[in-house]
Amino acid sequence: MNAISLPPSLSRREILKIGGLIVGFALPMRLTTAGNTTDTAAADIPKVLAPDRVEGFLAIDRHGNVTVFSGKVDLGTGVRTAMTQIAAEELDVPMAHVNVIQGDTLLTPDQGPTYGSLSIQNGGVQIRLAAATARRALLRKAAQRLNVDEHELTVDAGVVKPRHGDASVRYGELIGGGTLALGLDQDAPLKDPNSYAVVGRSQPRLDIPDKVTGRFTYMQDFRVEGMVHGRVVRPPAIGATLLSVDPDSVSHVPGLIKVVRRKDFLAVVARTEWGAISAARQLKARWSDWQGLPDEDRIWDYVRATKIVRDDVTSNRGNVEAALAAADRRLSSTYDFAIHTHGSIGPSCAVAAFEGGKLTCWSASQATHNLRQQLALMFGMSDADVRAIYLDGSGCYGRNGHEDAAADAALLARDVDRPVRVQWMRADEHGWDPKGPPTLIDMQAALDASGNVSAWYSQFYGPDGVAGKVKLVAAELAGMPHETAMSPGGIIAGTAVPYTFTNVKTLAHRLVTTPLRPSWIRSPGRMQSGFANEAFLDEIAVAANTDPFELRRRYLADDARAIAVLERLAQFAHWQKRSIERKAGGSTATGRGMAFIKYENNRTYVGMVATVDVVRATGVIAAKHFAVVQDSGQIINPDGVKNQIEGNVVQTVSRTLIERVRFDRSRVTSVDWQTYPILTFPDAPEIEMELIDRPHEKPWGVGEPSAAIVSAAISNAVFDAVGIRLRSVPFTPDKVLAALKT
Amino acid sequence: MNRQPRQSISLDVNGTTASFTIDDPTIPLLYALRDDLGLHGPRFGCGLGQCGACTVLLDGSAIRSCVFPAVNAVGHRVVTLEGLGTPEKPHPLQQAFIDEQAVQCGYCINGMIMQAAALISSNKNPTYEQIKQALAYNLCRCGTHLRIVRAVRRACCGA
Repeated sequence: MNAISLPPSLSRREILKIGGLIVGFALPMRLTTAGNTTDTAAADIPKVLAPDRVEGFLAIDRHGNVTVFSGKVDLGTGVRTAMTQIAAEELDVPMAHVNVIQGDTLLTPDQGPTYGSLSIQNGGVQIRLAAATARRALLRKAAQRLNVDEHELTVDAGVVKPRHGDASVRYGELIGGGTLALGLDQDAPLKDPNSYAVVGRSQPRLDIPDKVTGRFTYMQDFRVEGMVHGRVVRPPAIGATLLSVDPDSVSHVPGLIKVVRRKDFLAVVARTEWGAISAARQLKARWSDWQGLPDEDRIWDYVRATKIVRDDVTSNRGNVEAALAAADRRLSSTYDFAIHTHGSIGPSCAVAAFEGGKLTCWSASQATHNLRQQLALMFGMSDADVRAIYLDGSGCYGRNGHEDAAADAALLARDVDRPVRVQWMRADEHGWDPKGPPTLIDMQAALDASGNVSAWYSQFYGPDGVAGKVKLVAAELAGMPHETAMSPGGIIAGTAVPYTFTNVKTLAHRLVTTPLRPSWIRSPGRMQSGFANEAFLDEIAVAANTDPFELRRRYLADDARAIAVLERLAQFAHWQKRSIERKAGGSTATGRGMAFIKYENNRTYVGMVATVDVVRATGVIAAKHFAVVQDSGQIINPDGVKNQIEGNVVQTVSRTLIERVRFDRSRVTSVDWQTYPILTFPDAPEIEMELIDRPHEKPWGVGEPSAAIVSAAISNAVFDAVGIRLRSVPFTPDKVLAALKT
Repeated sequence: MNRQPRQSISLDVNGTTASFTIDDPTIPLLYALRDDLGLHGPRFGCGLGQCGACTVLLDGSAIRSCVFPAVNAVGHRVVTLEGLGTPEKPHPLQQAFIDEQAVQCGYCINGMIMQAAALISSNKNPTYEQIKQALAYNLCRCGTHLRIVRAVRRACCGA
């Protein structure tokens, strides 16, 4: 038998080959333009990072191979493939000639973090413009070279030729050994979508063959020469201080290098991964008591009693107070949404190395440019001396623990003066990733005598802050410089509604604190608002004895794309006007509910109909089926969009029916998959969908919008089935049974 | 406590013999496969046998390598995701996952394919329900469940 050949670990002084580009690794980093082995002109040049420069986003080598430098990264969503499509389409080169480098602070422009369903909408559109600018410049060069009018030229697979005649020239020849030094031209002509051959068609994801055969290198697989393994030992209570540690308790562990303590930051470093795990488990330490968390059973009292630091009015039209006072009928309900964890299947992981006073960190961070700044702050370095490089990790649905693992690895790497890999254990991830904060929403509405909605008033309670930088756990524990403001994400962006009610006020009460370190998780705040808005509108529809589609159409009449989605959905889902009569009997009741969103009131439209079964005796809800219609403008990769919608629905069914972070007064107690269960295969719903493609419109985000209304669709379907309103996520059987009894 | 003696062990992994040294007899198979043999297929997800990301085949049966001592694999045939096929020559299950585009982040997919491989070895024509039951203890967070089930079914029974 043959011996298994070990994959070579990457030498720190060797080179990292990414796609067709050779990128120097040892700091200071230099980019070589060598396209491949036959390209000998490997001049060292600094990579341009400006987002207003073509060469910030694109390089074309003398063989015509295109490298895209994308600040937006592929979090498992297919963005790499979509960016490849966009660049290939606009330049008229085969996808196989395009490589994408993502999220490397030395190589890619800062296009902002990969969040908010903005990768294609913002990042892709920038890259498209860079490609269009490059294409025009190349055509002008070709026109000179071939001595023909620029407008007579066509491009096929990177070969430029006149419509008539045999002369031709390749992109690579036009570039020679040089670079495309061009400003991004906002007026560069974009290709007519009618002529698209690559964009708008389902292209197989480029990463899948490697991912299903074990050839892919995830962050968790990445190794560098001389690397050792770290494991963190977090406090048993979130705010506990470390009183003492006994390094002798682990001196017997094979391969142990060091117990690292800095204030309340505690970790072990060992030659082997298992050695680090063993040492972390056996390390004896004494911690102070700490019981600073609120009573989980009274979390909503706590949220309501938390000091409000600011009110954000997100919409205000007419006079809500007067309309409510004058109303014939008033409705009011309170909705709440539990604390959720990201629950990435692979816990966070990072590798960090200090060399010559500079730090290089490999991370699956969705925001390597921000991470660089955070690490620089933590270690008192300049941003320029820190390089953060993205590597695909386990699915990332927001700001999870990746950045924290990076800070852990950097702290240990500095301490032991060699590259350190930190892999969080499951309990580290569940216990210490930043959480989607608890959210409370008070809803009020008024109906006039004709059943019209005369007032809509919502009050959202969520932590203060924006989508900034979430403080790093290691920096806080170690008493090193770090951010102090909360960063829960843009959680108020979904509070306003698209409906043209006469009197509307939507208000967000921003709270001075929240129980656990907050951050954004898929559709942050919008999922909570989408739940309250769309479930409450269903309450209104029932009170007004109006079909929920009809009610929405009435207040979206001026929005043709919204109307189109609603009409397609009603047809696609075979919607029948809801009978307000409660269905009698049966041990299992079936119901259907609909919900709609115009995401952040300015982009992607989604409507969905959920079908659920409710078992009366047990209170168990089964989400059986979803019919979804979405208009996200121009579609880059239809199958990629469908994959995102499926993921949004399934993940949000899980969040809606099951998920809730548990905690006692000291710590998170839901620290594995038994204590924080998620949806499993037998309970996954069927999903059918229709995409409305609008190739001549802007491409809008798809990674979040459909998630934002799943909770409402289920709640509304449960009402249809058994006549109870579920206003508290998760919809666990105990809540269903309690509601059925009243 | 005394230091554990280093010992050399040989494992039959993907049809080849791999010899390496361990310094702790309790080391789970997962770390031997990943860190000593450099394999990427079996993945660390929980270390508790709860999620299935680390699944490998031991004499054709699916086991959770994160809680299975490496020394207990001596004398048995271990097959990992790499042992099923390659991008150039994928196993029918791997091809079906490509055909169905049954991946989002893909971190859990090793477990899905290895668990399905064990299922198919005993049931050549599983129903959708049987596939869902077989994968009931494999977790996916991205919500790729529907595609995964379709892929397993396609591998057995065609598109």
